[in-house]
Amino acid sequence: MMKTVFKRTPTLKDCPTHYCPGCGHGIAHRLIAEIIDELDIRDRTIGIAPVGCAVLAYDYLDVDMVEVAHGRPPAVATGMKRTNPDKIIFSYQGDGDLASIGAAEILHAGHRGEQITVVFINNAVYGMTGGQMAPTTMLDQVTATTPKGRSAAEQGYPLQVSELLATLPGTIYIERCALSSVAQIRKTKKAIKHAFDLQLEGADGMSMVEVLSPCPTYWRMSPTKAMEWLENNMTKVFPLGRLKG
Amino acid sequence: MTVNGFCEEIVIAGFGGQGIMLTGKLLAQTAMKAGKEVTYMPSYGAEVRGGTANCMVVIAENEIACPVVGRPDSLIVMNKASLNKFASRLKKGGLLIMNSSLIDVDPEVDDSIELVSVPADELAVELGSPRSANMVALGAYLQKRGYLTPNAAARALPDVLARRYHKTLPVNIKALQKGGEYTGNNRNY
Amino acid sequence: MCGNEALAESAIIAGCDAYFGYPITPQNEVPAYMSRRMPEEGRVFVQSESELAAINMVFGASATGKRAMTSSSSPGISLMQEGISYLSGAELPAVVVNVMRGGPGLGNIAPSQADYFQATRGGGHGDYRTIVLGPSSVQELVDCMPLAFDLADQYRMTVMVLADGILGQMMEPVVLEKKKGRELPPKDWALTGAAGRKQNIVRSLWLPEGALEELNNKLLDKYKQVEKNEVLCEEYEVDDADIVVVAYGVAARIVRGAVSRAREEGIKAGWIRPITLWPFPTGQISRAADEFRIFLVVEMSNGQMVEDVRLAVTGKAPVLFYGRPGGGVPTVDEILDQIRQLTLRPKT
Repeated sequence: MMKTVFKRTPTLKDCPTHYCPGCGHGIAHRLIAEIIDELDIRDRTIGIAPVGCAVLAYDYLDVDMVEVAHGRPPAVATGMKRTNPDKIIFSYQGDGDLASIGAAEILHAGHRGEQITVVFINNAVYGMTGGQMAPTTMLDQVTATTPKGRSAAEQGYPLQVSELLATLPGTIYIERCALSSVAQIRKTKKAIKHAFDLQLEGADGMSMVEVLSPCPTYWRMSPTKAMEWLENNMTKVFPLGRLKG
Repeated sequence: MTVNGFCEEIVIAGFGGQGIMLTGKLLAQTAMKAGKEVTYMPSYGAEVRGGTANCMVVIAENEIACPVVGRPDSLIVMNKASLNKFASRLKKGGLLIMNSSLIDVDPEVDDSIELVSVPADELAVELGSPRSANMVALGAYLQKRGYLTPNAAARALPDVLARRYHKTLPVNIKALQKGGEYTGNNRNY
Repeated sequence: MCGNEALAESAIIAGCDAYFGYPITPQNEVPAYMSRRMPEEGRVFVQSESELAAINMVFGASATGKRAMTSSSSPGISLMQEGISYLSGAELPAVVVNVMRGGPGLGNIAPSQADYFQATRGGGHGDYRTIVLGPSSVQELVDCMPLAFDLADQYRMTVMVLADGILGQMMEPVVLEKKKGRELPPKDWALTGAAGRKQNIVRSLWLPEGALEELNNKLLDKYKQVEKNEVLCEEYEVDDADIVVVAYGVAARIVRGAVSRAREEGIKAGWIRPITLWPFPTGQISRAADEFRIFLVVEMSNGQMVEDVRLAVTGKAPVLFYGRPGGGVPTVDEILDQIRQLTLRPKT
């Protein structure tokens, strides 16, 4: 007799992925899909895809989704949630989208205390456009636009958005997690689920989970090495744990 | 400006805080209630307090082409800066209502202009309501022109005065009437 | 009530579910009015952190099927162009009011018609159109709002109401009443949570070969329908006119005064007033040009709509221009002088 040891959760579509080998987006998508199914909220969830590698997130997540201009998901989420308080609105944003071009939008959505859930994928690099520097790129990290490595004098320090947002009265829950090991992935799922739970309860403010995620392609490493680099280097600048709530 | 029939273009000017906009709105509302075509156009700008304020009102029998008044038929000026700014724009044969309480010069205007000096602030103070100088000036204007009356303006005042100021209705109505009496009785201005 | 407040109340009567906006003169009365009235009606008002955010909040509300609007003035509308392009790509309805001021740059806060190109050519990137309404009185501004929401919903397009500082600030008598709207298609595309149906996706990214071309052609078909069905235009004594003055918005009401005066002087003058600036009344103007007559275009800019008039006239008649840029407002006398000169009447 065969035993089912793994079953695809229904909200995750059965299709080939466009993500690179070792990319964290696939894991993050699956966690979100599982959470939506576990909370049984597929029929009232609306997701917002960013501009970046995850722009096609709606090809994998079988919920109502919108794809919006670069950096603007928190503004779009505001428009949705304010007019549809009964719906569950989440945005899924990368580091270029959220921490660079959309810095004003995330800051003010948090500032206003919008009752939305934000999943912030930080892989320290722009993936979709070819590996350029992100605000969260590490010092000395070589990217397409920092050929000699990021220097604090030239490009500033990696931007710690979660720490920044945690100072705002309008945010109720901020946690930083990582996709670097099975144990960390479990923690990540727990955190994202909590962020959805808060919105379901009608908690008064914005919740965000920052997810440190590997990009082996533009880190120019093997997937295994990328996991190690994330755990050993990224978490030093972006310490894991609950920052608020 | 209209083709034919009655048309009166008015500029009301003073400094911020003198109730210039309210005066213009009251004039427009009074004319509207009398069944006239009317437009009201405020100056809008960066300065909120203490700057110059003016508004333009056009009252006509027929459809009004432009709410922006280049050359007014009548000008109500509440301070010297406004006199200097607008007096030269008055049409020939126009009417100049001047608040002589705050303007101590003789205006340099065309001989054809009819000048009416009203000590609006003094008259308002006599009523115990220094802030009603604008109503005194409007009353004087209406009495002089005659196509609408200070009493008609008094009836329209509750429509344009914010409700929290409605306790000042009686004194403002008195101010409108006092302005009217001033031009009605006093031919020497 | 000034024009800005009147248009806001009219939007509420028209069933606007949500207003998002950022302060800018000369349209500040709109957000101020909405901030008070929308909560009274149990609807949504948000002062956004920028015009970029405002238009994207409109995007979000609209994507869920709600009637949403924003308002701004020229520099703010420039910032909104990104969002308008995305709205157009995603085929989402939206109403945007532009109370135009002088430009370029920060310009001034005086009334202007200098955003005609931006409004009628799409304004943002990509191959798209917005419906543009150019009211010329506060009453027409009021009447524009329900029409704008209906057009937006019917065609799933952005409708821009192109007013100016005069219309926004001035007061004149208006009637505000609820009128019966159009029969509109159901919003089965809206994001409402995929309850008992397949997932809905609202998107503007079409990467596979040919996919975007297909979308653009679908948009083109839609735009052709709009051009066929939705042109609004008013004209006066064109048939026997030697000179036809073309103007829209506030400029048109000044032209009306000048043309009436010209008629009194015995000059055969008429006027054409486009109400929809896109779709432009090309047919009406072209027909008027079938007989030889002079066309004079009057704008509060250095000449933008005049290009559309020339395109409509296609060289059949001379098209001349008189404009006042940078916040200048032409007077009846100025326009009358132009009419006299062009019809070879001596200046009086």
